[in-house]
Amino acid sequence: MTAPDIEDVFRAEYGRAVAVLVRFLGDIDLAEEAVQDAFTTAVRRWPETGVPPSPAGWIITTARNRAIDRLRREAKRDERHAEAALLHAPDAPPEEGPVRDERLRLIFTCCHPALAPQAQVALTLRLLGGLTTTRIAHAFLVPEPTMAQRLVRAKAKIRDARIPYRVPRDADLPDRLNGVLAVVYLIFNEGYGGSPELCTEAVRLGRLLAELMPDEPEVTGLLALMLLVESRRPAREDADGALVPLPEQDRDRWDRDLVAEGQALVRRCLRRNQPGPYQIQAAIQAVHSDAPTAEATDWRQVLQLYDQLMAQAPSPVVALNRAVAVAEVEGARVALDLVDALDLDGYHVFHAVRADLLRRLGRDTEAVRAYEAALALTASPAERAWLDRRRRPHTLSASRTATSASAPPSPKDVTRPASST
Amino acid sequence: MKYYLLSVMQPVGDELPPPEVLAEIGKNLDVFHQELRQAGAWVFAGGLHGPESSTVLRPSAGDVLITDGPYAEGKEMLGGICLIKAPDLDAALEWGRKAALATTLPIEVRPFTGEAED
Repeated sequence: MTAPDIEDVFRAEYGRAVAVLVRFLGDIDLAEEAVQDAFTTAVRRWPETGVPPSPAGWIITTARNRAIDRLRREAKRDERHAEAALLHAPDAPPEEGPVRDERLRLIFTCCHPALAPQAQVALTLRLLGGLTTTRIAHAFLVPEPTMAQRLVRAKAKIRDARIPYRVPRDADLPDRLNGVLAVVYLIFNEGYGGSPELCTEAVRLGRLLAELMPDEPEVTGLLALMLLVESRRPAREDADGALVPLPEQDRDRWDRDLVAEGQALVRRCLRRNQPGPYQIQAAIQAVHSDAPTAEATDWRQVLQLYDQLMAQAPSPVVALNRAVAVAEVEGARVALDLVDALDLDGYHVFHAVRADLLRRLGRDTEAVRAYEAALALTASPAERAWLDRRRRPHTLSASRTATSASAPPSPKDVTRPASST
Repeated sequence: MKYYLLSVMQPVGDELPPPEVLAEIGKNLDVFHQELRQAGAWVFAGGLHGPESSTVLRPSAGDVLITDGPYAEGKEMLGGICLIKAPDLDAALEWGRKAALATTLPIEVRPFTGEAED
């Protein structure tokens, strides 16, 4: 086995192993150390012995033995502390059986509302995704020491305030699950802005949740939503790195496997008929995915779904995205009135949508001003390149006849849930 | 089990609510305290006089200086405390939620170091 293979096992099994060890040791730091020890041993041993039949089981057993050794060693130095740590451990040593639930417990701990949202995100990526502090810091454009301190503080609070490792009781589950889904979707949206690794990680967490909580329709909805948005990644940037908005994308470049998987999940949600905000957003994306060309988009259905979303989770951002659909169904004039009534002056997509509607109405001077307002509010190079191209006069007149050029600049913004804005 | 301190955070300088509202809050607090006792979570609870009634003692060159008034002026003051025993933060937060509804004021929940006796 080569180092990259062990890296794969690490990424796939780290969260599982840490979750089991946290439960066993009652302490996150001890659990992480033990699991890292076990992987270090694996790197040394597996190339000679070959990969054990159950790599996860091997890692967990090795980590547990390491942790027990360490605690015994420390017991000689500091008996009371080590005894306390062992007291927290359940009697029966954990095996692979109940492992699924352990990861579910841990994700609810990481996303506990008593932790700051940024800390929830970082902890989830660290403990369940196995991402290093360096990579998390890099993905969020935060200095590494800042991220390291954020993680240390969050882990200390879990320990000191005794945040439990537990799946919340039924009465609290809907609220707490919303918190978990918001964290996963936040990771996804953060990745959308330029760090594909985070999108991959969010999809992976989404799959994990869907596997662990198959009866929660919103969990399925979020996974479907992420898969359908992710399927368009190959088509989303042109050769110059400029953003290609949905209507202009080459649909042959969409990842058909992800589209099919996402659409199958949306159909499952429809059959279940307990719609929620993530499911509705996934359904909107599924309508787009269904259309062989932008012109063939069933905008009436999109609009109906936005009406439903507004009824369930109204927010100015949802209203803005609904207006984009209104423009296609009832015309740019009606849509512009809706957009102008929104209080979203600090949001670049608001200005980009306005600019596009103004352009379609032939109000070029105002359109250019609106594109400039949008440019001033976004730092994403891909979005900037697209907006910059759009505001040039020849683009304005050339695209006036193109009925399909009115979508907002990024699917992310179409799909951003009320809860994460 | 662990001890948690529930602190009632009261804005400084706000006028007291009218008597009928205060009476309602008092009634709700009695119910809350009763519930804590029944659950075996009760340790202690009480309201505090205002910061103008405080006295601060500061060690200084082997002696202790006495000054009038609170240690620090702030926008909020500690209006009262409730000391509870709970198995974990979720249980403590549930009590904190009830305290916030009863007092109509923000509640800060903070864990004590160490373990509480069962």
